[in-house]
Amino acid sequence: MAEHTSTSFVEAAPKPRIGQEPVGRRLVDLPWWFIGIVVVVLWAWVGILATPNFNEAFQWIKVGIATTLVTSIIAYVLAIVLGLLTGLGRMSHNVVIRNVARMYVELIRGIPMLVLIFFIAFVLFSGRENVPMLARAIIALAVTYGAFLAEVFRAGIQSIGRGQMEAARSLGMRYGQAMRHIILPQAIRNVLPALGNDFVSMVKDSSLVSVLAVRDMTQIARLYAGSTFRFPEAYVTLAVLYLTITVALSMAVAAYERRLRRHE
Amino acid sequence: MNDEAIIVVKDLFKRFGKVEALNGVSLEVDRGQVVVIIGPSGSGKSTLLRCINYLEAPTSGEVWVEGKRLTTDQRQLNAVRAEIGLVFQLFNLFPHLTALENVTLAQRVVRRRSREEAERVARQQLEHVGIPEKADSYPGQLSGGQQQRVAIARALAMNPKIMLFDEPTSALDPEMIKEVLDVMLALAAEGMTMLVVSHEMGFVRAAADEMIFLDEGRIVEQTTPQELFTNPKEERTKLFLSQILQH
Repeated sequence: MAEHTSTSFVEAAPKPRIGQEPVGRRLVDLPWWFIGIVVVVLWAWVGILATPNFNEAFQWIKVGIATTLVTSIIAYVLAIVLGLLTGLGRMSHNVVIRNVARMYVELIRGIPMLVLIFFIAFVLFSGRENVPMLARAIIALAVTYGAFLAEVFRAGIQSIGRGQMEAARSLGMRYGQAMRHIILPQAIRNVLPALGNDFVSMVKDSSLVSVLAVRDMTQIARLYAGSTFRFPEAYVTLAVLYLTITVALSMAVAAYERRLRRHE
Repeated sequence: MNDEAIIVVKDLFKRFGKVEALNGVSLEVDRGQVVVIIGPSGSGKSTLLRCINYLEAPTSGEVWVEGKRLTTDQRQLNAVRAEIGLVFQLFNLFPHLTALENVTLAQRVVRRRSREEAERVARQQLEHVGIPEKADSYPGQLSGGQQQRVAIARALAMNPKIMLFDEPTSALDPEMIKEVLDVMLALAAEGMTMLVVSHEMGFVRAAADEMIFLDEGRIVEQTTPQELFTNPKEERTKLFLSQILQH
């Protein structure tokens, strides 16, 4: 989740002391820990693909990659919409909207994600056999992440100085116009790295939908392990697969961040 | 109330929590007049300007602009604000937009002008404030003086009937103050109605028709610049003038 899985690769290195600024990038500044992870992942892949039992586990589990990614992407898009609306709602002048938004955020924060998934899938949708489990799982993830992203968007909007809204309003813009043209473009830019990191978290948390028997990577690994009793093969391969996806995504986020900063 | 008055403020009070920012201010500004407000910091100068376009809603009292009394009706306020340009101490340009986009945006969104029309007006206004070559620069690439001039162009592009200036040069380095004051002087010479919070005495001498000395949320003295400088009536005015004119 947002709070406890920051996977940013661009945390600031300690500032070089005055007079010691290196001309290029020094060897000690390289992210060795990251290079270490990449080496471990590559080494693991060689091992998995070369070992028949591991290879077989991988052949099974890879069927679930699409489900994991599609679930994550759809849930994330829904969560962004929900989060943006809720974040705006939390700053609304309308007392009802403000409180409804606040209640949603606090309610979701107070319930473990796993419990929430059970609740949405089996209580909210009880007796609605026509709603497939995959859809329930996506809704559960979206509702959970919507609450987290609402706080991200709210922080982003509040990071924009008051003068921006005042300048926009003094030109005759309505509140909504000022939000859309002035505040949100700057706010979203500020929170893009956080949004990227939350997507990485979403991919990992999507493994929870396996409890609804949605055949994502985790569920297939469980099925494979349960029927063959090859637990190491199933779960090592599963872990490496998740790590590969999250490391790749984090690299994309970091590269994007670097590009943003270059344009500043 | 005389017919010439474009702004009429009656008995304005503004309270922030327990702080009384404005304590019953009344004034009139005639069309084409340049009124300069001076006063110590915390005297309510900025609050007064911000109440005139209802960026701050007054606690009580009346503001009339062009014969219409302002209410908290948002539609009316948006229409009135489009007619009143406000220039801030800290410029408040939109950092994610180029100078040209800063000047075109409100024209398009509020005035509903076409892109071509808005850009034509924007380039004209950037020319007016003397930096047509900076149209494609972002605020972060401009000096303070250039930023403030873009901010003035942004306000002027709406074809306002009134311009409010809230200490427009006090965040600027000395060598940039002149370029902003020159733009303001030219504007005054063109007959723009201006309400200016500033302690730039050069501007006051060259352009002010009337001076208001504000202290503790009240108008202490309101008179011509000449009268205020040569023959101030109130002790507090004398004291304040002696402080700002010392150097």
